[in-house]
Amino acid sequence: MFSWFFLLFCDVFLVFCDVSLLFCCCPGAGQDVGRSCILVSIAGKNVMLDCGMHMGYNDDRRFPDFSYITQNGRLTDFLDCVIISHFHLDHCGALPYFSEMVGYDGPIYMSHPTKAICPILLEDYRKITVDKKGETNFFTSQMIKDCMKKVVAVHLHQTVQVDEELEIKAYYAGHVLGAAMFQIKVGCESVVYTGDYNMTPDRHLGAAWIDKCRPDLLITESTYATTIRDSKRCRERDFLKKVHETVERGGKVLIPVFALGRAQELCILLETFWERMNLKAPIYFSTGLTEKANHYYKLFITWTNQKIRKTFVQRNMFEFKHIKAFDRAFADNPGPMVVFATPGMLHAGQSLQIFRKWAGNEKNMVIMPGYCVQGTVGHKILSGQRKLEMEGRQILEVKMQVEYMSFSAHADAKGIMQLIRQAEPRNVLLVHGEAKKMEFLRQKIEQEFHVSCFMPANGETTTILTNPSIPVDISLGLLKRETAIGAAPDAKKPKLMHGTLLMKDNSFRLVSPEQALKELGLAEHQLRFTCRVHIQDPRKEHETVLRVYNHLKGILKDYSVQHLPDGSITVESILIQATAHSEDQGTKVLLVSWTYQDEELGSYLTSLLKKGLPQSTP
Amino acid sequence: MLDCGLDMTSTLNFLPLPLVQSPRLSKLPGWVLKDGSMFLDKELKECSGHVFVDSVPEFCLPETELLDLSTVDVILISNYHCMMALPYITEYTGFTGTVYATEPTVQIGRLLMEELVNSIERVPKAQSASMWKNKEVQRLLPAPLKDAVEVSMWRKCYTMPEVNAALSKIQLVGYSQKIELFGAVQVTPLSSGYALGSSNWIIQSHYEKVSYVSGSSLLTTHPQPMDQASLKNSDVLILTGLTQIPTANPDGMVGEFCSNLAMTVRNGGNVLVPCYPSGVIYDLLECLYQYIDSAGLSNVPFYFISPVANSSLEFSQIFAEWLCHNKQTKVYLPEPPFPHAELIQTNKLKHYPSIHGDFSNDFKQPCVVFTGHPSLRFGDVVHFMELWGKSSLNTVIFTEPDFSYLDALAPYQPLAMKCVYCPIDTRLNFIQVSKLLKEVQPLHVVCPEQYTQPPPTQSHRTDLMIDCQPPAMSYRRAEVLTLPYKRRYEKIEIMPDQPPASKKRKRVSDDVPEGKSLKPLLSGSIPMDQFVQTLEKHGFSDVKVEDTAKGHIVLLQEAETLIQLEEDSTHIICDNDEPLRVKLRDLVLKFLQKF
Repeated sequence: MFSWFFLLFCDVFLVFCDVSLLFCCCPGAGQDVGRSCILVSIAGKNVMLDCGMHMGYNDDRRFPDFSYITQNGRLTDFLDCVIISHFHLDHCGALPYFSEMVGYDGPIYMSHPTKAICPILLEDYRKITVDKKGETNFFTSQMIKDCMKKVVAVHLHQTVQVDEELEIKAYYAGHVLGAAMFQIKVGCESVVYTGDYNMTPDRHLGAAWIDKCRPDLLITESTYATTIRDSKRCRERDFLKKVHETVERGGKVLIPVFALGRAQELCILLETFWERMNLKAPIYFSTGLTEKANHYYKLFITWTNQKIRKTFVQRNMFEFKHIKAFDRAFADNPGPMVVFATPGMLHAGQSLQIFRKWAGNEKNMVIMPGYCVQGTVGHKILSGQRKLEMEGRQILEVKMQVEYMSFSAHADAKGIMQLIRQAEPRNVLLVHGEAKKMEFLRQKIEQEFHVSCFMPANGETTTILTNPSIPVDISLGLLKRETAIGAAPDAKKPKLMHGTLLMKDNSFRLVSPEQALKELGLAEHQLRFTCRVHIQDPRKEHETVLRVYNHLKGILKDYSVQHLPDGSITVESILIQATAHSEDQGTKVLLVSWTYQDEELGSYLTSLLKKGLPQSTP
Repeated sequence: MLDCGLDMTSTLNFLPLPLVQSPRLSKLPGWVLKDGSMFLDKELKECSGHVFVDSVPEFCLPETELLDLSTVDVILISNYHCMMALPYITEYTGFTGTVYATEPTVQIGRLLMEELVNSIERVPKAQSASMWKNKEVQRLLPAPLKDAVEVSMWRKCYTMPEVNAALSKIQLVGYSQKIELFGAVQVTPLSSGYALGSSNWIIQSHYEKVSYVSGSSLLTTHPQPMDQASLKNSDVLILTGLTQIPTANPDGMVGEFCSNLAMTVRNGGNVLVPCYPSGVIYDLLECLYQYIDSAGLSNVPFYFISPVANSSLEFSQIFAEWLCHNKQTKVYLPEPPFPHAELIQTNKLKHYPSIHGDFSNDFKQPCVVFTGHPSLRFGDVVHFMELWGKSSLNTVIFTEPDFSYLDALAPYQPLAMKCVYCPIDTRLNFIQVSKLLKEVQPLHVVCPEQYTQPPPTQSHRTDLMIDCQPPAMSYRRAEVLTLPYKRRYEKIEIMPDQPPASKKRKRVSDDVPEGKSLKPLLSGSIPMDQFVQTLEKHGFSDVKVEDTAKGHIVLLQEAETLIQLEEDSTHIICDNDEPLRVKLRDLVLKFLQKF
């Protein structure tokens, strides 16, 4: 039993599919820098983007509220996959909690470096929380391992087929080693999620890049939504100057960093500066994680920038001569020194310990090279607080100099605009930023690109209508015939074509009208017109015909006009015959005959001939 | 264009390029024609019954006569051995297209080219022989020179600037990356398991799929395993780059390699391993890493001599994403994926850019030397052959399958040194091919002619050929093959919006209509009675109907208009009264379906 539908001759097949993309920002990225966790529903597929935790909280608020995703039923049944953009804990910190404690067994995708580094940071974080702070109800080492078993590593630009319809593809994002942007595609609908990215290459990483993939939606971070940062070089010079001055006057410099990322960039910076200036003050790097971290950079050198990649055989930039491992006892050593210590927001661990020791001396300096989340010691001192309440009600007075230097590799407003220009999305959604700044950027984007721009709050759902194209099969014959007409086809631009759309079962096929008739078993109905045109011409019939022929030939330069031996004229497939009028020999009757397919030309010819022939010049 | 390999077996016809003046080679007698004429004795030299060309070695290029390479849009590279002719193509043929290859392929390919250029350029040779290439002269020469094909097309080695220019035309791709070409086809590289970054390619449109399987391996060595699943449902599978030594088992050969090496060294001899600077050498070093302690060889130095030795060893450690699972997990720890890092650290393996410089100070015997080129015609290996060839204590072990070891050794005869042939070729053998084809089930298989019949030397071995249904289509050099499929449909996307209103001006009847009109075809038939009723409704009061053999004639007497109605046609005959005709046309059209 065949069911045939056919649409009568159509230029375009008009269907408005309201396929909605649903966004549920579970407590996460919306209008807040802290936890990234976004849920995307695209053409029936549900994808969770990032699974971050909030560094500023120590209670339930630390993890996203996964009950937003589904109240009843297992997460595995609801989610088709989880994608992690990079290894920062505000993007992956809740992953073991999510997969092992809440329960998710589906695939988790991330880049190779992220897969390598992420479990180490998670374990480090777990140690601080459980072993040092003695918290219970937290994930265990085994859970981290089990969670990582569910991870599938992806290459850059590899198209990963999650299932038959859903595919994802990673792009280079800069930001930190292994950071990636992801394109999520179902049929002809697509979303790009940037994670954190950086549009300017730095000392160790390259710039983010994406092709003109024209997604329906671009979800972009907006940490530095309003900042247009001065040139990197100025900031670097400033940084080096401050470090140098402090060391010269015998002070100690503390640089709280995360083990991977900025730390390596600043190390390269200081290493080359020390070498150039021949400085002797020791530089230390807090041990454990960081030594290992440099190893990762060596092994994943393909993810760093062009320059480092090119020269690594001669000189590996991550083998430092001046930077040595730090020992706890060194903190009390007299004299100047520079120490890189983790973590970067001064909320726990070694960096906080050193900070407490050095805070009382105004000769010393702490340089915060990145963003600090609300609630952390780093945030407090940056906002000007100089008396801090520490554990056990101790008050710590901060006399050392506090400097903020924005080295964290996020795109600034200019960079965000640049990425939008690259990808050409139809809609933009801002996340991972502060509401006020995002509002400013939103207006700017809407003005410049004329696309809708959204900025949902946590837990808010945004629905975006897409206008999907309908994929159909076109018979090769028709395609060739139609592309031969008019301008050469441009792969990027729509083209008007004529054909018959056959819908059978679930397939759409566009075929030539002839083939459609044949397949449907229908006969063509010929509609023909013959018009009598009277012309005043006393000459003989064949002379009249010749005059008509010359007349038409002169006007219809682009058409094939022929004078046949039997005395008739053809213009393309239109036939013109002349007979003498039965009553009036001075009048000739022209019979113009054409089919409906030649309607325009036929109609034109009759009106042309009706005007008579031009006076023949002797 | 699929791959552009360089046939380097042509170099076997040339004399080796020694690094230091070799009295033996320079004293070889000139070759004299049977009739005693001596005019070729400057170009051709004789050694132990073989004749060699005394000139800069030349290479046999891919076919360039048959097609205009400037019409090639895309070149797909499957592994680093298959790109050695690239500079000849990109720099000399007017080629303006794009080359696609994976990152390890490009990086290691660059190393191979660099080594090649370096080993030829550092021994400049004044003489460039061309007289022997004359067809009349060549005819008189002994085999194999007599039978060498297209000698006039042989070319000297390219230079580094040409290599760099060629490599700059390569676009890097990753496994499973879908690359759209001109919106018409999509190409995708897949892991082929043979070497770092080696790939098979899928070329597909929406309805046709051609797989290009070249140099693949199912053995577990260092690269990522072969992706077989993605080759399924191919219309055509082009199969090439099978193992050159179908009878040798690579595992057995590695065992033999190790035991021969150990034996020679224990007896106080040296071992020479002519090899490429990348590929199997990583596996050999890994085997030796496990083997040397148990075999009591911990004190024997291993030397790896190549201008790119250091780069090759370093590069191997940074392509974690292209390695097999075991090696990947090591990187996560983080540890270097290959154990040769440890061999270098413990000073068991030392690498040098050449025999000059540091090497001569550190050199201790007995030792094991890995060096190129496997053809024994240029590179540091020539020096070691001259140095060690006279002692029967020493051994040369051939592991690369690309050159016949007897031919390679010919200019060094007579030779006291032991020669062991342990070719290690991990590419597919015929049993694996049959299994693969059963698994992926392509509709048609296309392969070089030699795979469709047993090797000429072992004509009884019918197991050494491709066996599949329908039989594989074979091709020869310079043959054009039509692939047996017909394209019928293509995928396009229809935009759900109305097209923008066409900019056509309202036509004044004076204008000649532009282009073809786009009127649909009609179908259906016109029911007589209803048609007449409709006519009357529209004010034609004097409708008269006559029956004919095939249908009816409708007469509108006052308008002197006649409408012939038949099953499959309608003919309106009227005076030149356009409004009337249009009115009638529209009435008729109401009864018909449009396509």
